[in-house]
Amino acid sequence: MSYAAQKLAEEKVFKDPVHRYIHVRDQVIWDLINSREVQRLRRIKQLGTSYLVFHGAEHSRFNHSLGVYEIVRRIVDDIFHERPAWDESERLVVLCAALLHDLGHGPFSHSFEKVFHVDHEVFTREILLGETEVNGILLKVAADFPKKVAEVIAKTYSNKQVVSLISSQIDADRMDYLQRDAYYTGVSYGHFDMERILRVMRPVEDQVVIKSSGMHAVEDYIMSRYQMYWQVYFHPVARSAEVILRKILQRAKELSESGYKFEQPPTHFMAFFDRSFNLKDYLALDEGVLMTYFQLWMTERDPILSDLSDRFVNRRLFQYVDFDPGKDYRKLGELSQLFRKAGIDPDYYLIDDSTSDLPYDFYRPGEEEERLPIHLLMPSGEIKELSRSSQIVDAISGKRRTDYKLYFPAELLIDGKKKAVKQQILQMLREGGV
Amino acid sequence: MLQEHAKIVDFISLAEGITGRKKLQKMIYILKKMGVPFQEKYEFHIYGPYSEELTARVEELCDMGFVSEELEDKGSYVQYKYSVTAEGMEFSNALGKSVLGNPSQAVKLNEKSGRFLELTATLLYFDHLERAEQIEKLHVVKGKLNFTNEEINQAFEFIEELSVLM
Repeated sequence: MSYAAQKLAEEKVFKDPVHRYIHVRDQVIWDLINSREVQRLRRIKQLGTSYLVFHGAEHSRFNHSLGVYEIVRRIVDDIFHERPAWDESERLVVLCAALLHDLGHGPFSHSFEKVFHVDHEVFTREILLGETEVNGILLKVAADFPKKVAEVIAKTYSNKQVVSLISSQIDADRMDYLQRDAYYTGVSYGHFDMERILRVMRPVEDQVVIKSSGMHAVEDYIMSRYQMYWQVYFHPVARSAEVILRKILQRAKELSESGYKFEQPPTHFMAFFDRSFNLKDYLALDEGVLMTYFQLWMTERDPILSDLSDRFVNRRLFQYVDFDPGKDYRKLGELSQLFRKAGIDPDYYLIDDSTSDLPYDFYRPGEEEERLPIHLLMPSGEIKELSRSSQIVDAISGKRRTDYKLYFPAELLIDGKKKAVKQQILQMLREGGV
Repeated sequence: MLQEHAKIVDFISLAEGITGRKKLQKMIYILKKMGVPFQEKYEFHIYGPYSEELTARVEELCDMGFVSEELEDKGSYVQYKYSVTAEGMEFSNALGKSVLGNPSQAVKLNEKSGRFLELTATLLYFDHLERAEQIEKLHVVKGKLNFTNEEINQAFEFIEELSVLM
């Protein structure tokens, strides 16, 4: 029997709080789960700094990866199985892609990628195609199998049904993270009837559509997504922690570039500071490693690095005010100057941050859009874009919501030194319209 | 963060306005691949490399009044035209220097059609592959567009030409 077709003697199950059980029968999937690179995902939190706001949000990318695998397994084994429009030979590639789709994420990905100009998707490809345990397992399936899995994850695979199961406006990735993040943060948003959505998914030509009878379950999913983004993912306090984290990494990098001698050599970061990193350097990092450095940097001589590290480790976060950059960018310049006068470096202590989300988008007539819409399969066999049938979805379609905040260390502005200029800063911040 | 907004305003201004969302997306991607420090993150979408962050940034710039978005009716289809407002110019000037080493790059890119830029950006997306594989991959993801060998050669020449300008 080929390796691709090998089944375990007995099904393995993982207890899971979201899907109850995650079922594994394929030897390939079992071997991948046990690989070093997949196990590394246990040491990377799914929600980055959100645990500083929602204390339950300590779940890892490993949990989520198993969850996405389980959703796709249910779709291909229970819903799509023996449907003529579904190509059964794609089963293993889509299961592997589901399990491995987040493989290249690093510790606190968002900040790390911004500061060091790296892309987790490039690392995903390198892990799949480079000299890794995952690559060795995939190669045992077929010589071109690692490449196929990488193409599905990169959305460049020839079978678009396979791609859309992992990445579209209603995919297994989103369905898992919304429910999982809701569970671990403890919020009441994020819940929707996934069983119903799965039961009404159908492979049609080069896409996956939803039977129109399932429209209300999809409405609920889109509203859940909308709520989760604004209540959890864009929480202003979690963003404050993210801002500090970014500034710690930026400070350490700048110090290294300026020839600063660290009391504890930042061995794990050196290849990133001088941009000589390779896959091995990247895989050596996880959140435990980063947190260890933040602890060490709390006692560094550099006052900015030690202060920022202390803020992150001990959750002494920045305060924030709303900020309208269109009107107030000049005042931001004035504030920066006042910060300098007060002896506070605005590059590290006065940070503007914006975030935005588009809950659902569709093709506008005649304009070339990039997002694949959600299509309903009507009883007549006609395919109809979701917002044309759903008033709820229509009301939020194509409407982007953006939030701007200005972050600063409030307590540094009320200590005794340079009182007058600090008063002036506080006055400007209090008045709003910064 | 506002520096990234300013870079986009500066680019649209140097290109003397841009017609088509797809065109703007591909122009920024091509320059980014050439080493211009745009920070927007790209992924592969229907029309090739696409940045949700860039879409968001442009919409924000429109809301701020720094970029204007006009709908142009082309008969069988519509396109969005982007140009920098007077306030946008002030904003761009206030926030610092242009990131384009050579301003003619913007004009040069803007002279090309959306189809050609889509082809060029897609080839660049696969630039980690050997050329034959790069072309094969292009046909897999862009099969419906039937790019000719001549167009593909022109795109490779254009990439060479741009890299000399960098």
